[in-house]
Amino acid sequence: MNTTAKKDRSMEIQKAMLARHYKRLAEADKTGDKCAYTFVPGNLTELMHVFDLLPVLPEINALQSAMRKKSAAYISTAEKGGHSEDVCTYVKCDLGMSRSGNLGPTGDPLPKPSILLLSYTGCFTFMKWFEILQREYDCPIVMLHVPYQADGRPTPEMRQYIVKQLEKKVIPALEEASGKPFDIDKLSDLLRLSARAEEDFVQVLDSAKHRPSPIDAYFGGVYYISPIFTAFRGTESAIEYYEALREEVEERVRQGQGPITPEGELIEEKYRVVVEGPPNWTHFRDLWKMFYDEGAVVVASTYTKVGGLYDQGFRHDPSHPLESLADYCLGCYTNLNLPSRVDLISKYVKDFDADGFLINSVKSCNSFSAGQLLILKEVEKRTGRAGGFFESDLVDPRYFSAANIKNRLESYFQMIEQKRSAAQPAAGDAS
Amino acid sequence: MRCFVGIDLGSTTTKAVVIDEDERLLGRGITNSRSNYDVACAIARAEAFINARFALFEEALAEAGLEEDRRTSLAKNLLLSFRKRQHLVQHDALAQTMMGLLEDTRYDGLRSELSHVLSTIIEGMSADIPDLFAPGAKRKSDFFRDVASSSFMRRAEAVRSDEIGFDVLMGLFDKSIIQVENSELDISFESNIRPALEEVLETKSGELGAEASRIQEALDRVAAIDLECVNSVGTGYGRTKLPFRKEQIRSEILCHGLGAHWMFPDTRTVLDIGGQDTKAIQVDSQGIVTSFQMNDRCAAGCGRYLGYIADEMNLGLHELGPLAQKSKRQIKITSTCTVFAGAELRDRLTLGDKREDILAGLHRAMMLRAMSLLARSGGVDDEFTFTGGVAKNPASVDALRKLVRENYGERTLNISPDSIYTGAIGAALFANRDAARAEATPCGAEQ
Repeated sequence: MNTTAKKDRSMEIQKAMLARHYKRLAEADKTGDKCAYTFVPGNLTELMHVFDLLPVLPEINALQSAMRKKSAAYISTAEKGGHSEDVCTYVKCDLGMSRSGNLGPTGDPLPKPSILLLSYTGCFTFMKWFEILQREYDCPIVMLHVPYQADGRPTPEMRQYIVKQLEKKVIPALEEASGKPFDIDKLSDLLRLSARAEEDFVQVLDSAKHRPSPIDAYFGGVYYISPIFTAFRGTESAIEYYEALREEVEERVRQGQGPITPEGELIEEKYRVVVEGPPNWTHFRDLWKMFYDEGAVVVASTYTKVGGLYDQGFRHDPSHPLESLADYCLGCYTNLNLPSRVDLISKYVKDFDADGFLINSVKSCNSFSAGQLLILKEVEKRTGRAGGFFESDLVDPRYFSAANIKNRLESYFQMIEQKRSAAQPAAGDAS
Repeated sequence: MRCFVGIDLGSTTTKAVVIDEDERLLGRGITNSRSNYDVACAIARAEAFINARFALFEEALAEAGLEEDRRTSLAKNLLLSFRKRQHLVQHDALAQTMMGLLEDTRYDGLRSELSHVLSTIIEGMSADIPDLFAPGAKRKSDFFRDVASSSFMRRAEAVRSDEIGFDVLMGLFDKSIIQVENSELDISFESNIRPALEEVLETKSGELGAEASRIQEALDRVAAIDLECVNSVGTGYGRTKLPFRKEQIRSEILCHGLGAHWMFPDTRTVLDIGGQDTKAIQVDSQGIVTSFQMNDRCAAGCGRYLGYIADEMNLGLHELGPLAQKSKRQIKITSTCTVFAGAELRDRLTLGDKREDILAGLHRAMMLRAMSLLARSGGVDDEFTFTGGVAKNPASVDALRKLVRENYGERTLNISPDSIYTGAIGAALFANRDAARAEATPCGAEQ
């Protein structure tokens, strides 16, 4: 009876969390709060909180700019500065933003970083991006090198290597930037809070195994990952958010309700699909509409794993804080090799009983897009379910061709429908 | 007779076909697509029904005991006469529209001179008509727009003056032809077939003699057949413009897959190259699509690529293939961008390379892009069916055959003379199958 009110609750909580966070950032120059810029994959949020460093995530700023239709101008600014058309559009959008007053998603200016915390997990561009930001802001930078899972699994040596970097490089650098000493007990306490939110988050993702799925795990999913992938892991408010969200989703399951879309609840779940690749942010709603207009629900996505594979069992462990951070970084989706990605997508198709899977191949992102055609073939072969492929970009609106993508998606869903029809005899066949 | 209609609204042409319950192809209709898809759709559909009646008429003539060569020549002459009548209806409408436009105030001061010049042109165009539809006459196109514009331009060139320039005349023509194309004129079978037959029988009366009444009876029988459109399905780029329910609209991928399967039941891989997109489709033994790939972001290598190149070389589209086939030394040309390919072409020509060698390179470049899509979609399986307008280009077919052999070994390559109708045929098959599932919407009850 009050699902709407409950839905509003988690959204309201998240809205308030973001507003508080951006307000603190906007006032940082006055209050003396310090901030660290960092990336989503392999983010060390709890560690930053130990030093009271406020996290700022340039990727999130870029996608927010795109959703607010500001990315085209920012990208153009960066291109005028000499960055080629082929450079990652997250980077260009962020640079353009910083050269246009560095206004964050709320319209308030973002503070300059006290340090750049470069956690490297699978994306070479991250290094170049922060090299540029270092020149831009003339601030200290510290890099955490996370070894790529070339053989498909992390080794104890890799873990040790990361822990050593944390102890010798990262923690001293954060101490210096923040002027505060490291406190491992505080870190453990924060990780304990993280694990609680992670548990609820996983239940939300898992709910998509129901028919109908109560959530869309891609378009809706990006809202669900927001706190846990960004500045709020290890906070009480994240726990509150995920508890509320989980309750709402469980209620939707009890009521047999489908996911909420921008145009209300999806009444008929016609297709269940898994999606690989990041969303397009410039036409986020348009793309979503192309799915829900066809009755298509995304039941699992890889993008919602770039900030950690919690659904595969990982939890931050307060009893081994630094090792746990190392394991977390090693396990992010962007750090997986191709065979592991194929395994994961195939597993999703089966576990979530999907009709097939779709790949959004993003022009900007080599680390995501390289090998996707191989993934397509291999997952098709393993699951026997139909794969589909379309192309767009992260935040450059020039690369979103709505007519082509719609055509592709409609064809894909009709192909699934045709396969189903072929499996049943036609009504007129008997006569 | 229960019929099913499939309509393919392509970027260049709009195609329609009519099939019967046994999935027998009865008629085909094609018209150039224009801004007004509704009209294009109506015309293509009307043409398909006309074509179906002609096919039925030939069958009826056979039943009436006419020899094969006799009925073939009769049907051919009847068609010519019928087309001429259709052309006359459109010609009259065009003449009337052009004269009507002279009322515009912009022609004040020029009106009487312009009216005189225009009348002369129209008379000349009328005089061109009998030859255009004489037995054995060659027309570069069957579309009224193309035939009328070529005749108009020739006549206008002859009578233009300093006072009445060519541009003024062409302006009048361009405005009028759009209006004529977008109006539904009575060019139907019912209204035009009898006078057409009378003309044929009169001119050939000595030859046909006593058969005339049997022929007349056969025509009466065919005209009386109720071609009941039970269901129709639309596909192609303009499909959302069709006045059809969502269920009656299918993606061209599915339609091309099913259409190709209908033409060649052992088809497993389909390549369709249309005006603005290339599709690589894999189908199963029932014609059901199992995977597909389409060109993204860029349409270099599609039909329009050839159109652009033809314009650059001042050649007709149909002349490109045969010229390229004369090549002895193929030149490598880019396929990444149509405009760059044009630049490369001009560069090569200034360097002294032969046109046929450059064209051979262009055809290969085009097919290299198609090969990449085929590889993405799962390769080339046996049998392999090539569809779409570009399948009519012999040099494209040669290049494709060679590349397929190099990459996949020997494959049976199918190309149907009806290849341009593949999508429409697939749509008609869906219309029939949907009807069997009781999802039919009778034609006319759409929207």
